[in-house]
Amino acid sequence: MKKVIMGNHAASWAVMLSRVQVISAYPITPQTQIVEELSEMCGDGRLAAKFLKVESEHSAMASVIAASATGVRAFTATSANGLALMHELLHWAAGARLPVVMVNVNRAMAPGWNIWADQSDSLSQRDTGWIQIYAEDNQEVLDSVLMAYRLAEIVRLPVMVCYDAFFLSHTYEPVDIPSPDMVDRYLPPYQPEIFLDPQAPHSFFGLVMPDVYMEMRYKMQQAMERVPAVAAQAADEFAAIFGRRYDMVEAIECDDAETVLVTSSTTTSPARVLIKQLRAEGKKIGVLKLRFFRPFPTDEVRRALKGKKRVVVVDRNISFGKGGIWADELRGALAGRPGMPQVYDFVTGLGGRDITPNLLAEIVADAEARKTPDRLLYWKGVNQ
Amino acid sequence: MRDAYPREELMMSGHLACQGCGGASAMRHVLKAMGPDTIVVQPACCWTIISGQFPYSALKVPILHTAFETSGAALAGVRAALDMKGDTTTQVMAFAGDGGTFDIGLQSLSGAAERNEDVMYFCYDNEAYMNTGVQRSGATPDKAWTTTTPASAPKTGPKKNMIQILAGHKIPYAATANVAFPEDLIAKVRKARDIRGTKFIHILSPCPPGWKISSEQSIEIARLATYTKVFPIYEVFRGEEYHINIEPRDLPVFEYLKLQGRFRHLSQEDVDEIQKRVDYEWRILLAKTMQERFD
Repeated sequence: MKKVIMGNHAASWAVMLSRVQVISAYPITPQTQIVEELSEMCGDGRLAAKFLKVESEHSAMASVIAASATGVRAFTATSANGLALMHELLHWAAGARLPVVMVNVNRAMAPGWNIWADQSDSLSQRDTGWIQIYAEDNQEVLDSVLMAYRLAEIVRLPVMVCYDAFFLSHTYEPVDIPSPDMVDRYLPPYQPEIFLDPQAPHSFFGLVMPDVYMEMRYKMQQAMERVPAVAAQAADEFAAIFGRRYDMVEAIECDDAETVLVTSSTTTSPARVLIKQLRAEGKKIGVLKLRFFRPFPTDEVRRALKGKKRVVVVDRNISFGKGGIWADELRGALAGRPGMPQVYDFVTGLGGRDITPNLLAEIVADAEARKTPDRLLYWKGVNQ
Repeated sequence: MRDAYPREELMMSGHLACQGCGGASAMRHVLKAMGPDTIVVQPACCWTIISGQFPYSALKVPILHTAFETSGAALAGVRAALDMKGDTTTQVMAFAGDGGTFDIGLQSLSGAAERNEDVMYFCYDNEAYMNTGVQRSGATPDKAWTTTTPASAPKTGPKKNMIQILAGHKIPYAATANVAFPEDLIAKVRKARDIRGTKFIHILSPCPPGWKISSEQSIEIARLATYTKVFPIYEVFRGEEYHINIEPRDLPVFEYLKLQGRFRHLSQEDVDEIQKRVDYEWRILLAKTMQERFD
């Protein structure tokens, strides 16, 4: 069934189709319509779930953790300051190895108060142990949430599905909404081996000494290292049922490219437009879209970028004192490997400023005019 | 006829509590009344340690350890999940200290109470952050010594009145209890179990190292807290119907204060001031037992 829906409602539909049993959320723009629509779905009986309307994002995450530990599929959604308020519990969900799925609509952090697109909110949650996926369009929003549950429940790590404020959250696009039968084939009911149960009492997430803690972290890292293989399998199964395929990265016209634009989220769309124009002019340019931030798709990136002349990363985010976060991660993945390209990092589009094909053309021209990156980051579009 | 003090033990030996720990007695009594079909939500507090380190547990019921300030939310999450699984018989209870209830956990408790989640919340109140080494909390009494309110600059201002805060939420049941009166505590837990909605029981639980008392004095001093009206034992239905459950005795607060090292620095003037406040609060409580009811 094709419907023209906003990105936030694509997320709501995915939650309904995933047969989530407990939802807990707190309002924040631009996420709110996800949970408004879910309230309708619970209210009219399309979704059999309990919806907790809690008093903060912190309690939203605490309650979905508790629900997940009790053995049901759980969901929450947030943005920016709401995500930051959850920070402690993001560690808790991952350390507890619970397959919680959350949508984060990427919004700028305050102050100044700004509700528009910016990835610094979720990227700064890098070390919490969550898998992070970034979606480019509304179809990918819906599909990524379905895949997130599949992945989370196999590797037992929480998954954050991220997409840009307004550019997707409030933008209407045609979305193919799969039938419940198809989703049921893809996503079996959640049946954990261990959960809170008075018939089989266990103590969950309690006191551990140094002799055990490190092994717990080792296992979390092992779970992260399993993700590429599990994600590939989940992508195969998804493609077989739904006819759409999503890998950890998407390489577009990269094979013969000398210059590769590295993008994430909606920044990929103007990049697709731009490289069509530049290809028509005979320029050897491609785009590498990064879908996963954690685990970082190290092998995929190395494969796609080996032998390229230059890589131009577009970062709608910043780690103050270093630079764009995707570029920093990318450099780490390429460092010390033979035949790897030079990396140019452009920070732009912060706080919801448009990233257009023209802006990306300027960025590419700027990078190509330089022999070598003489700075860790370049700003594009700052009014002096 | 059920035993006033059930024989079944759901809290086992091998726990890590100090001798004379009121919090340990409180858990033992509460679980006897709750029974085995119970899930315990455990925020950071002394009980994080007392229940034992991985892979051991001193309880025969499942425990969900949760972040310090999240008991109210975690209770709601477990309850929602049980409901979705069709399990309406298993009870969910939080067992939180005074810091996790009066201070850092007040927001999520208030949220759960306002939504009237069908859960039990027990606060074992030892009147300071005992697990971290006796720092003052919102439950620390006026003029008491703690490591962050030394005798040279003791705590100023009265203890936060949690039952009044909960009564303000109009939850179906809120009550005080005291480890020195286990039959009263057990009767209250049993009563609360059969009420749907949020139930809150505030249990005075002495801490020998934190109160600077010897462990064998723990129950005696807890009993004096109620007999001197420092900690009255009462219950509040729907935020409006008050009943006093233990009659105090005509004893001055000095009898309670003099046994505790944390009050050793008090002057006669300080004691008189505490007495005045205790007498006033008791008159207010008596007036509440006579106040008009909504229905």
